[in-house]
Amino acid sequence: MKSLAELKAIKDKMQGQVTMRNHDEAELRVVVGMATCGIAAGARPVLQTLSALVQEKNLQGVTVTQTGCIGLCQFEPIVEVHGANGEKVTYINMNEEKAREIVDKHLVRGQVVAEYIVGSSGI
Amino acid sequence: MFRSHVLVCGGTGCYASGCAAVFTALDTEIKRNGLEKEVGVVQTGCFGLCALGPILIVYPEGSFYSLVKETDIPEIVSEHLLKGRVVERLLYQETLCEEQGIKSLNETGFYKKQLRIALRNCGVINPEEIDEYIGADGYEALGKCLTEMTPDDVIKIVLDSGLRGRGGGGFPTGRKWQLARNLVPDADQKYVCCNADEGDPGAFMDRSVLEGDPHVLIEAMAIAGYAIGANMGYVYVRAEYPIAVKRLQIAIEQARNYGLLGKNIFGTDFEFDLEIRLGAGAFVCGEETALMTSIEGHRGEPNPRPPFPAEKGLWGKPTVLNNVETYANIPQIILKGADWFASMGTEKSKGTKVFALGGKINNTGLVEIPMGTTLRDVVYEIGGGIPDGKKFKAAQTGGPSGGCIPLSHIDVPIDYDNLIEIGSMMGSGGLIIMDEDNCMVDIAKFFLEFTVEESCGKCTPCRIGTKRLYETLEKITSGNGTMEDVEGLEELCNYICDNSLCGLGQTAPNPVKSTLRYFKDEYITHVKDRKCPAGVCTDLLTYKIVDEKCKRCTACIKVCPTEAITGAVKELHFIHPEKCIKCDACVQRCKFDAIIKE
Repeated sequence: MKSLAELKAIKDKMQGQVTMRNHDEAELRVVVGMATCGIAAGARPVLQTLSALVQEKNLQGVTVTQTGCIGLCQFEPIVEVHGANGEKVTYINMNEEKAREIVDKHLVRGQVVAEYIVGSSGI
Repeated sequence: MFRSHVLVCGGTGCYASGCAAVFTALDTEIKRNGLEKEVGVVQTGCFGLCALGPILIVYPEGSFYSLVKETDIPEIVSEHLLKGRVVERLLYQETLCEEQGIKSLNETGFYKKQLRIALRNCGVINPEEIDEYIGADGYEALGKCLTEMTPDDVIKIVLDSGLRGRGGGGFPTGRKWQLARNLVPDADQKYVCCNADEGDPGAFMDRSVLEGDPHVLIEAMAIAGYAIGANMGYVYVRAEYPIAVKRLQIAIEQARNYGLLGKNIFGTDFEFDLEIRLGAGAFVCGEETALMTSIEGHRGEPNPRPPFPAEKGLWGKPTVLNNVETYANIPQIILKGADWFASMGTEKSKGTKVFALGGKINNTGLVEIPMGTTLRDVVYEIGGGIPDGKKFKAAQTGGPSGGCIPLSHIDVPIDYDNLIEIGSMMGSGGLIIMDEDNCMVDIAKFFLEFTVEESCGKCTPCRIGTKRLYETLEKITSGNGTMEDVEGLEELCNYICDNSLCGLGQTAPNPVKSTLRYFKDEYITHVKDRKCPAGVCTDLLTYKIVDEKCKRCTACIKVCPTEAITGAVKELHFIHPEKCIKCDACVQRCKFDAIIKE
């Protein structure tokens, strides 16, 4: 260890992982439906992508977790984004590509990706 | 990158309750479900709630599973880790809300009143992984000291924080460092030592820091080295702590590989290295002069002070010696400032103190509380009260060197000075809770037996005095004591305190003194009435059969190993006291509570 910068580089790399282990209430909670229906439709890579990106970008106050069946099995994989005030956005027919877009737009910049939300498919 | 982390407690308590098998099962089951790239499993240090081990916690949800068995693992993996359904039946009951949902761990009675500074990484990071420590601000304080602060700045911040030695004495840490820096200006060599020779029965704070966060010790000792001008450090740890020794060894290797120990740390010309010295487990080696004598390779015996170690310590060189928990506070003080630390605690005792909670208490384990918390909060909120609805009688702090706190002082805020005032002491942090079934004379005898065993024998007051004390206590508990014995105890106690060479002897009579102060009536009952009110001292008990309750079933007769009970079916049963060995077998056998001891 020759400099503080070197130390900081390791710290930044680890930060995302260590912050996952605190008990503070998250501002944004990203939930992926991981029941049998979700897993069959490909929810696991979606969950993995979301979680990895949030840690890589070290997004503070965002947790990515999974849940059981959300109830709209034909639209799985489903990702819900819960805000601190209880508002909820439901994205359907997710894949890794779309998940990346949601991280960039919704989680980082706060823009809801309208074309993927549940209302846009005419329900 | 893992989407979920499973932290398995790898503290000593959880090892004893089988966490190794749980860890292996978890690993196998995760691989079987193909989750090894998604879920990371980490073995951490002590979570604190040892009574409920093995413990594991799943993030990001923060689900706290307690009393987990190997056979529960497939369910946790397939339900929670794969499908996201929390296994409610295994959750720590306190985290379950009455309505739907799960409380955060910080909201539970056990954790709510705690404040974790020394233990902040225990149960959070992997102690065998230096990167995780760095991710939790590790080694930043050392970097700050070396690049931005002078040694005097470092000493000043430690002085201003008000940190006092956590090993028992409570000497201001900054003052100790200052003396070691300035007392011998032309010293060619200085040393930094760490006392990890935790010997109080029931205490395991230092052990848990070493096992859960070994890097904090390395970082703090390097800071101390920089502050006093030492380039070499020794950690004196007892060989009975194999997990702690192993993890510390790994941590030292990792720190050396990263250049955090060795030459030119952080590109400066500061160099520091660390070695472990194993002790054979003698209690007296927790005393500073004996500890250093032992590091030097001699028999662990104390030496008269002065000279103090700050002037002439290890190999005659100026030495700083602090306890593990004291060091564990240092990096946080450097990073967050003296004011932050001084804002916690009471007027003369700042910060927090870790206690190993044991005895008659529901939540046996490790707790860290702000100074000034009352014993009542520790017992009834954090500790979850006393099992079986029994009444609190006293708490013993400071182990064999400390004293007891009776019910009348349960609301005294815990800090160094208050405890001394009520005849106990902070000690290293053992906190043993006693209920109405504990005999205070017997407790005093228990601790005396320990000090008699551990007295090194160098000075007469301790070697012979503690033995005489023990013999007198034995006389009293066996029913042969006189009132002169009770009165004589006090004089002998004072004599030993005043004349012993080291801390071990000077404090050895404390358990007797404090029980005499608060529970003298129990001593008197033992002597005058030849009775033990708590029913502990067997020599003073007689077993009797209550005729009205006895069903004449002969069950007790069959179980008695010495044929002390006579009688037959439908005939009177009788215990012959001269044959009875008071083994309690008949009491436990009788279904009708017909046998009493008094």
